[in-house]
Amino acid sequence: MQLPAKMIHSLFLVNSSGDIFLEKHWKSVVSRSVCDYFFEAQERASEPENVPPVIPTPHHYLISVLRHRIYFVAVIQSEVPPLFVIEFLHRVVDTFQDYFGVCTEAAIKDNVVVVYELLEEMLDNGFPLATESNILKELIKPPTILRTVVNTITGSTNVGEQLPTGQLSVVPWRRTGVKYTNNEAYFDVVEEIDAIIDKSGSTITAEIQGVIDACVKLTGMPDLTLSFMNPRLLDDVSFHPCVRFKRWEAERILSFIPPDGNFRLLSYHVSCQNLVAIPVYVKHNITFREGSSQGRFELTLGPKQTMGKGLEAVLISSQLPRGVLNTNLNPSQGTYNFDPVTKLLSWDVGKINPQKLPSLKGSMSLQAGASKPDENPTINIQFKIQQSALSGLKVNRLDMYGEKYKPFKGIKYMTKAGKFQVRT
Amino acid sequence: MEWANQLCENRQFGSKMTDSKYFTTTKKGEIFELKAELNSDKKEKKKEAVKKVIASMTVGKDVSALFPDVVNCMQTDNLELKKLVYLYLMNYAKSQPDMAIMAVNTFVKDCEDANPLIRALAVRTMGCIRVDKITEYLCEPLRKCLKDEDPYVRKTAAVCVAKLHDINAQLVEDQGFLDTLKDLISDSNPMVVANAVAALSEIAESHPNSNLLDLNPQSINKLLTALNECTEWGQIFILDCLANYTPRDDRESQSICERVTPRLSHANSAVVLSAVKVLMKFMEMLPKDLDYYSTLLKKLAPPLVTLLSAEPELQYVALRNINLIVQKRPEILKHEMKVFFVKYNDPIYVKLEKLDIMIRLASQANIAQVLAELKEYATEVDVDFVRKAVRAIGRCAIKVEQSAERCVSTLLDLIQTKVNYVVQEAIVVIKDIFRKYPNKYESVIATLCENLDSLDEPEARAAMIWIVGEYAERIDNADELLESFLEGFHDESTQVQLQLLTAIVKLFLKKPTETQELVQQVLSLATQDSDNPDLRDRGYIYWRLLSTDPVAAKEVVLAEKPLISEETDLIEPTLLEELICHIGTLASVYHKPPSAFVEGSRGVMHKRLPARTGSGESTESPDVGTAAGGSAPEAAPSIIPSQGDLLGDLLNLDMAPPTTSGPPPPTTGMQMGGMDLLGGGLDSLLGGDIGGSPAMGAGFGAAPAVMPASLNAPVGGGLGDLFDLGGVGMPMGAYIPPKIVWLPAMKAKGLEISGTFARRAGVIQMELILTNKAMSVMTDFAIQFNRNSFGLAPAGPLQVLTPLGPNQTIEVSLPLSTVGPVMKMDPLNNLQVAVKNNIDVFYFSCQYPISMLFVEDGKMERQVFLATWKDIPNDNESQFQIKDCHLNSDAASSKLQGSNIFTIAKRTVEGQDMLYMSIKLSNGIWVLAELRVQAGNSNYTMTTIRRSGSSQKMLTFFTCAACTLTSLCCCMDLMLSQYNT
Repeated sequence: MQLPAKMIHSLFLVNSSGDIFLEKHWKSVVSRSVCDYFFEAQERASEPENVPPVIPTPHHYLISVLRHRIYFVAVIQSEVPPLFVIEFLHRVVDTFQDYFGVCTEAAIKDNVVVVYELLEEMLDNGFPLATESNILKELIKPPTILRTVVNTITGSTNVGEQLPTGQLSVVPWRRTGVKYTNNEAYFDVVEEIDAIIDKSGSTITAEIQGVIDACVKLTGMPDLTLSFMNPRLLDDVSFHPCVRFKRWEAERILSFIPPDGNFRLLSYHVSCQNLVAIPVYVKHNITFREGSSQGRFELTLGPKQTMGKGLEAVLISSQLPRGVLNTNLNPSQGTYNFDPVTKLLSWDVGKINPQKLPSLKGSMSLQAGASKPDENPTINIQFKIQQSALSGLKVNRLDMYGEKYKPFKGIKYMTKAGKFQVRT
Repeated sequence: MEWANQLCENRQFGSKMTDSKYFTTTKKGEIFELKAELNSDKKEKKKEAVKKVIASMTVGKDVSALFPDVVNCMQTDNLELKKLVYLYLMNYAKSQPDMAIMAVNTFVKDCEDANPLIRALAVRTMGCIRVDKITEYLCEPLRKCLKDEDPYVRKTAAVCVAKLHDINAQLVEDQGFLDTLKDLISDSNPMVVANAVAALSEIAESHPNSNLLDLNPQSINKLLTALNECTEWGQIFILDCLANYTPRDDRESQSICERVTPRLSHANSAVVLSAVKVLMKFMEMLPKDLDYYSTLLKKLAPPLVTLLSAEPELQYVALRNINLIVQKRPEILKHEMKVFFVKYNDPIYVKLEKLDIMIRLASQANIAQVLAELKEYATEVDVDFVRKAVRAIGRCAIKVEQSAERCVSTLLDLIQTKVNYVVQEAIVVIKDIFRKYPNKYESVIATLCENLDSLDEPEARAAMIWIVGEYAERIDNADELLESFLEGFHDESTQVQLQLLTAIVKLFLKKPTETQELVQQVLSLATQDSDNPDLRDRGYIYWRLLSTDPVAAKEVVLAEKPLISEETDLIEPTLLEELICHIGTLASVYHKPPSAFVEGSRGVMHKRLPARTGSGESTESPDVGTAAGGSAPEAAPSIIPSQGDLLGDLLNLDMAPPTTSGPPPPTTGMQMGGMDLLGGGLDSLLGGDIGGSPAMGAGFGAAPAVMPASLNAPVGGGLGDLFDLGGVGMPMGAYIPPKIVWLPAMKAKGLEISGTFARRAGVIQMELILTNKAMSVMTDFAIQFNRNSFGLAPAGPLQVLTPLGPNQTIEVSLPLSTVGPVMKMDPLNNLQVAVKNNIDVFYFSCQYPISMLFVEDGKMERQVFLATWKDIPNDNESQFQIKDCHLNSDAASSKLQGSNIFTIAKRTVEGQDMLYMSIKLSNGIWVLAELRVQAGNSNYTMTTIRRSGSSQKMLTFFTCAACTLTSLCCCMDLMLSQYNT
């Protein structure tokens, strides 16, 4: 008799060449042959990221995420909310990254025992147990070269002997007895703009995903409030559990006892209904003619509505049609590269100087005799704008209560391109 | 191989101080070496050895042989070592139960340790050791830990109760742990509450009728308080539990909604979606004119939009759920169309889902934008996506009437691209547009016709042929176009053949003078040269219609068609309601009823959205029927999805865009059935050898000896008459087709079903062979039929009482009644069946031989027969031949009697025996037949007449050039279908 096993049953880690390099079972052992269904789906998918996230098998469901070119495949036996599983897997990835600096197959193999201890600590009988990195770090100390050496010599251990203090308090995200000599709190407002621009240059859709990431190193139990010049922008927000929601609802002020160290305080979404300023424009002329083995390629970039801040780290990439054999292009600045196998064109522009707009011009050679390509390439743009949040969000002030000392405070703004696409 | 890889890795990392050093031992003597190290006196060496063991375990190597040595390391004050040993124990205790007992004492001791971390660790690990012998020892420590002063231990113990229940449910109940667990819901620590809820929910899942989660306003209040303070995971458990509650009235509903709404701003998307579920369910109870109702609607949109900016995997699950939400409450996201616009580097599974939602949200207000986007997508590279985008344009045209013209011109633009698959998809959808808006866009036909030659997919060819036939009068060269298809008629797929047949008949009715030759050509191709029964039948119908009554033919063939509906793929409302109650679950991702996802049927609980109740109306106790664990009768677990659900699913099977053609292309099952009828069928019915059951053989052998005088003919009806006189419906060796595979194991997750139909002792039996070709046990079988032509329905449950193990086979026979709901099927004897087991619900269709429906009292009074027979005018008589039958008339008669085809009289004229026979179908329809047997000629001639028991109306005859006796069934089918039209 098999009872419905709620929650996550097993976890397999699969690398990009399709080998299982780690397995962990929280209930009974599930044979790794269950992954055959995953491999089938992997084979069918044209690109690694096209493997469907939920795969049914006769007796299990496989829910997977692809991160750092590793598939994290969770096995569940019956009805479990898939988002629950996916969120948990993300937490596993984040924890590995936090512990080992990178989340790669090599790093995981190097730390396989810690990985195992972590996974055991994160899930009990398939129920999430401790997923806050603060608490985990008290239970299992992250490996450092120094500690490894010291441990080998002294025989001391990676595992904390005491019950983590935060785990049961009203502020489970913060441990007690935190002490710093330099008390500091830094906040980064980072906005990513996603946009689709059509051929003629008009905006089809544009939206901003913003986050406020914090690095707080404050002694004791500080109670912070953060207020904004224009809180009305934030109508669609997700908070870290530390934020007092009622206060936000009533006063539009973020009031919280911060976790210790790095954490994401807030993420927000500014939708396309609000007017989103597009910081860059592209003039393009990419043409193929019927019967000709040459195509024209012209691209010019320029800044637009950047509030006086410069566009940096501009990178253009575009998947050219299959019929394009090679390109002969001239960049006015930066370097360009075309891979004739993958047909991927990339142009590292660097900074945009408004006085001398960067351009990339030249010709493409096409397969002789073939009909002209049906599709027009889409241009993908990456860029950064320092010291500016595109939505105009501005922090008004940060106050601290509950502790006597005067902390050092800092706020930084940055805008990046997310999925920013220009159709031609 | 794996080993070699590791060696490579080792070379790479071996020099560093990392765990990869644990992989360096060579296979030879590895276990031996580890054993020595585990028994070392040095603590550090021991720990290193255990780490090596764990490392081997993680890569799937079997290190169970070291069990006693590892367990020996357990008694230690080093916490890390202890944890590692526990890790090992959990993995291998099951395979070494006797050894595991050795660990019990340490566990019990650790449960008393002063350090709560160790107490919790011990109780947690003990629960993971799924060995019966150990669980007995677990009870006492668990009881203590459930009441521990430290909440960390209590919350760990709560989960342990669920683990123990999984191993031994009875023990948990006997020990009273369930009550303790219920008490923990009122614990002062929110984390303990959350874990208790999670544990109770899991236990309740396997105990649908227990009153475990007794939700009442007080406990709901406790849960809502804990909701604010527990971890994100705990919030999910609590919200999912809240979703099972049915508030007493709209006021309670509103107050719960108000307290749940803040969860919409949580960073964890699973919390957000669970909150959406609660709100979607409870808002059903709110009056629509309430201010709060519209506030709530507005609050739901932003979190759903935010989910779409997350990682693609999260997006996918969110999109599947949003698909349900926009079907239930389109107003929530009606202004958010743009967030569903596709980015070219979205994964394909996200693209397809977004497209689906775009169409659902399309309205007059945003159609221009949507169309521009769709047109853009139609030029992308991914073929599947492009096809779906083109179809989407067609669906927009059908959904938003004002946009139809723009859609058509967009489609025409796309046709101009001459990209083959784009053109074909466009033509298929334009056909649908014609059906929705007849006589409006026919001007484009000329453009379509230009692309005739490039169409190579059946669906597109069929669509084009339909268009030509439908608008034949406006296309000057319609006859030429259709004729060009006719050349390769036999190479076409059935879909195209059927369309071509219909289209040419339409053409003929519209332009009779020029196309006579063409129609004759297609009719003879369809009826004489084709072995596809669908095609033949349709050909004969047209032929008969055209030759008897051209006016009627016109009325039938050129009848006005019903307009196709707007939305072709909406989820059936009861299923949608149920799925809304399951937002965020696998069921909501697959859009299938939740019962399909629970192993075993016990956990199945149909959830319904609550009805709106005013606060004044309800004074009685709340209806807890929908709560998990509730005991109201309404919530009794049901094994099979309700009729509505099943029908919805059966209908969902052919969700293809509406086609004009009647019969769907034949399934393989049908083709096989057809072959059997023609091949084996004749043998069994009339074959000279003793084919089927012994009884039939006996009837045949005895026939010449028995000559009852009941008929004035020289030779009587054979042994069958004796049985008949006795008036008992004995098993008389009715024709039973051989068993064929109806449901291949490939399609049904390992379950193979083959079967046949038989009529035994007056009861129709469905005889099934179920074979389990999967790796695990199958249980909880159930069966259900879709409505069918003769009202066949199971007369009892499917009797599979024992679980079906892997590679086991079981034979079941299922008695059928004919009193079920009736719906005309195509072909007439088609039966759609749903079979369910603990894994899934499977659907297949099969065809039963019409002779199953011939009832035992089908023997007509001679006088009545004579009168009826005479009523039929001679020129209506038609005949067909049965070839190569070497029975004499008596043997044939007795054999037919076995299948309830009764000989009423026999006459001999000029050396020709003439048998007059009657048949009665289970629904009261009579069929009369004459069978002529010429001595020394192996060919029989048969004439059939059918009359209905109710209307007494004679129907037309039917000719068949070369027909076997079993095609009696076919001709009856055809007559019936004619009667029905």
